[in-house]
Amino acid sequence: MTTKSDLPQGTLDLLILKVVALGPVHGYAIAQRLEQVSQHVVQVPQGSLYPALHRLENRGILAAEWEETDTGREAKFYRLTKKGRAQLETEAADWQRLTEAIGLILKISNGDAP
Amino acid sequence: MNWWHRLLRRKTMEDQLEKELRFHLEQHTAQLIANGLDPAEARRRARLGLGGPEQVKEECRDARGTRWLEDFWQDLRYAMRTMRKQAGFAAMAVLTLALGIGATTAMFTVINGVLLRPLPYPDPNRLVAVHGHTDTWNAEVYGEQNLSYLDFLDFQRLSRSLDLAGFSFNPTTVSDPGEPEYVDRREISSNLFSVLGIPLLQGRSFLPEEDQPGATPVVILSYSYWQRRFAGDGKTIGKSLVMDQHRYTIVGIAPAGFRTLGEEGDVFTPIGQNTQTYMRVRRSHPVLVEARLRPASTLAQVRAELELIGLHLAEQYRDTNAGRSFVVDPLRPNVRSVRSTLWLLLGAVSLVLLIACANLASLLLARAISRGRELGMRVALGASRGRLVRQCLTESAVLGLAGGVLGILLAAIAFRPFVAFWPGALPRAEEVHLDWRVLVFGLAVSFLCGFLFGLAPAIRAPFRNVDAILRSGSRTVVGGSRQLHRGFVISEIAIAIVLLVAAGMLGRTLLRLTALDTGIDMHNVFAARMALSPSVLEKPEQIRAAWKEVLDRGRSVPGVRAIAMVDTVPMREGNNQIGYWPSADVPPEDKQPLALAASVSPDYLRVMGIALRSGRFFDDHDRQGSAPVIVIDEVLAQEAFGRQDVVGKKLWIESLVGGFPNAGAAPSSSFEIVGVVGHVRQWGLAGDDQARVRAQFYYPFAQLPDGFTRRWSELMSIVVRTDVEPSSVESSLHRELRGSTGDQVIYEVHTMENLVQDSLAPQRFLLLLFGIFAGLALLLASIGIYGVLAYLTNQRVPEIGVRVAMGASRHQVMWLVLRHSLGMVLLGVGVGSVAALAAARVLQRTVEGVQFAPLSAFAVTIPVLVFAALLASFLPALRASRIDPVTALRQE
Repeated sequence: MTTKSDLPQGTLDLLILKVVALGPVHGYAIAQRLEQVSQHVVQVPQGSLYPALHRLENRGILAAEWEETDTGREAKFYRLTKKGRAQLETEAADWQRLTEAIGLILKISNGDAP
Repeated sequence: MNWWHRLLRRKTMEDQLEKELRFHLEQHTAQLIANGLDPAEARRRARLGLGGPEQVKEECRDARGTRWLEDFWQDLRYAMRTMRKQAGFAAMAVLTLALGIGATTAMFTVINGVLLRPLPYPDPNRLVAVHGHTDTWNAEVYGEQNLSYLDFLDFQRLSRSLDLAGFSFNPTTVSDPGEPEYVDRREISSNLFSVLGIPLLQGRSFLPEEDQPGATPVVILSYSYWQRRFAGDGKTIGKSLVMDQHRYTIVGIAPAGFRTLGEEGDVFTPIGQNTQTYMRVRRSHPVLVEARLRPASTLAQVRAELELIGLHLAEQYRDTNAGRSFVVDPLRPNVRSVRSTLWLLLGAVSLVLLIACANLASLLLARAISRGRELGMRVALGASRGRLVRQCLTESAVLGLAGGVLGILLAAIAFRPFVAFWPGALPRAEEVHLDWRVLVFGLAVSFLCGFLFGLAPAIRAPFRNVDAILRSGSRTVVGGSRQLHRGFVISEIAIAIVLLVAAGMLGRTLLRLTALDTGIDMHNVFAARMALSPSVLEKPEQIRAAWKEVLDRGRSVPGVRAIAMVDTVPMREGNNQIGYWPSADVPPEDKQPLALAASVSPDYLRVMGIALRSGRFFDDHDRQGSAPVIVIDEVLAQEAFGRQDVVGKKLWIESLVGGFPNAGAAPSSSFEIVGVVGHVRQWGLAGDDQARVRAQFYYPFAQLPDGFTRRWSELMSIVVRTDVEPSSVESSLHRELRGSTGDQVIYEVHTMENLVQDSLAPQRFLLLLFGIFAGLALLLASIGIYGVLAYLTNQRVPEIGVRVAMGASRHQVMWLVLRHSLGMVLLGVGVGSVAALAAARVLQRTVEGVQFAPLSAFAVTIPVLVFAALLASFLPALRASRIDPVTALRQE
């Protein structure tokens, strides 16, 4: 296991949206998926996952329904709403621009002209 | 799902949250077991991973965004629970509040109807009134100046921005069908109903061609007249009435409640059909004008246009219109007479409400402090200060709202008797009823009250030194609140003082006024208005003969000792103010002093029992052609000459000679003073001392110039002195005065004793209300003092126990409590007295007859209040003196 990083502020929502965008999924699976995909680099604070899900649902970005899992148990499945899809696109684009900009800044060595 | 659903489905949501988290934990545990952990360890790890489940739940609830509502809901149920548990306290609080809010809302209901509601016409903001204006006209004395009919017609023809309608008063007698009866007739322009935007109930309005001299006589009935005379018969249209010896066809019926100048009137006829002289000259101004702005025109445009037309008229008719301009104002109901009284009453009743609030605030505060440990515990468990404040406010808001709802119900009942008992007629009384404005007011007041008395406990809610509160008993933290409690008691007493002093001043005023001399011997005298037969009104000689016959026949009725005629009966509505001058070099009208003129017949002095100071009163020799004479009262003698022996001197009274059309060429405007009589309180017992115009003179009706006789006859009343109970003479007098054509009527019969009583009715009414308010204030303040002292004494039980143990006697302990109370009471009296001085000024300015003499009112009321306060403190003091030191010390 490599060292784990805390999530930068405000990125949890984006990550949740991205995972949910792949198809209806329940809370536990979201936590699992986030850890796996990030190769355990990203430490998902499970305690803040559910409040985040409820907040997104409340804002109409996610919708939820109770469905049966593969093992026949009832679970709350989240999916993106239309508004959520739009939100994901803008947030992803914002993130992209930000990371590129930060990357550029980090590339500057001392004394170099930009 | 909106927030409302979420609130309603709170239970389901909680279940689902629980289920979702459980699912997570079980999945995670299963996963960990699959990875090879033993089940107990797996469960522990899973729970650790999620964090405390309650905390996660709490955060999820926050994320829902309905947190405040859920809290509110919780607080609400909590408040209800506490109220149920302390039903006695809650009932008392709600009742006190309901009384306060009910009285305030009832007052506001009246104010809303009388002062605030717009006029009951469509689009009332576009309606205006047009008045005449000249520099010499004193609108405060005479009221607004009306227009002459000819000026009105010119405005109607020339104005492009206004639709003008006019009406004037011309009472008459309906002689058929049925008994002859006096009717309040309004002559209206044909467009009055359409300008005001009021459709007729039945039939049609007048046609323009009917609004002309010589057109077919037509009449519209008011709703109440139709009900009274025709019993609301559906086939009334097309029937007819006889007025002024003409048969009028009924063409329409006005809707119920249609009023011109605040009164319904009886019948309407077209103003253009009135061909009397005063309608055909620009010198007299009988027409009241109401108008509607045409679409797209503004008030400023209208003013400019009317000014222009006014200038044009002034140029064209120099002798009548020079210096006359025209004023346009938004049309407003005439409620000036009651405005200040109504606001005064609302102010007084709000003071009662304030005392009620202070009472509740101190009760709630006491309760909040006894709950200090509970609140401290909640702070320790993580409740924020805002949360506690909100909870306190929710509780008091529930109380406030409960009291408010009950109060509004009370108001819905209470305003009716209030309107009914209003002395005289409350203007616009028909507009007074509950509407949304009243509801909003009532609810706003109840929330404001809830906030007011909830604030103190909320601010006092513990949030610092929680540990100290929890460690100690509640008793040790009382110190700070004692000041607040004292503050409540002091302000309650101060407010009660204001109301008590006001009531005291009114009571004193009433006593003083009742003892005043009216200047009349009122016993067995009555006054009635009288309308001569319309058939005699055309010729002055006939009018004079008709009046002579009335007096002769009246005198012959058994039980009548004397009968006279007079145009302005003292203490009744209506007066005639005329300028006079004591020498021949008479200045312009607006520089002349004014006196009240009364046109009378010779027996007037005898009927009214007015004292003759010197000279003589009139006799039958004072008639047309003999030297013009007047009799003045002692006030006029003093004002005009500075002394009383003025018989034989002259006064110059121009408007009595040349003011009216057809007055004829009077050779001189001087009148010889033949007698001086005592002053009569024309303005009533209350108003006369402060009235601007008090001086009086009398002149013989028999000497009135021809041109005046008709108009004067229409305003004339008779006064009768009887040997027996006045009401027993009334009907035979009625029969005897019918006249040869049988259509002479007397109406509005009042005994002079009643008129005098009525002249004090406003003061009596106010005294009654202020008495009630002051009584309530006294009661509430006493309850407040009792409550606070009982509470504070209870808090001091251990201290008193120590004192007793150290040897304090019962009397010393009682004195300890009473001294405490006395301190608050005296401070309250001090503050209250200052406020009462200000209130006394307001009262003096608002209520007729009140003299600024608060000291005597203080002298009466302050002992009453101090006594009541000491009485209220006596029980707690007694209880304190019986404290057993052993139990008291063990209690700690």
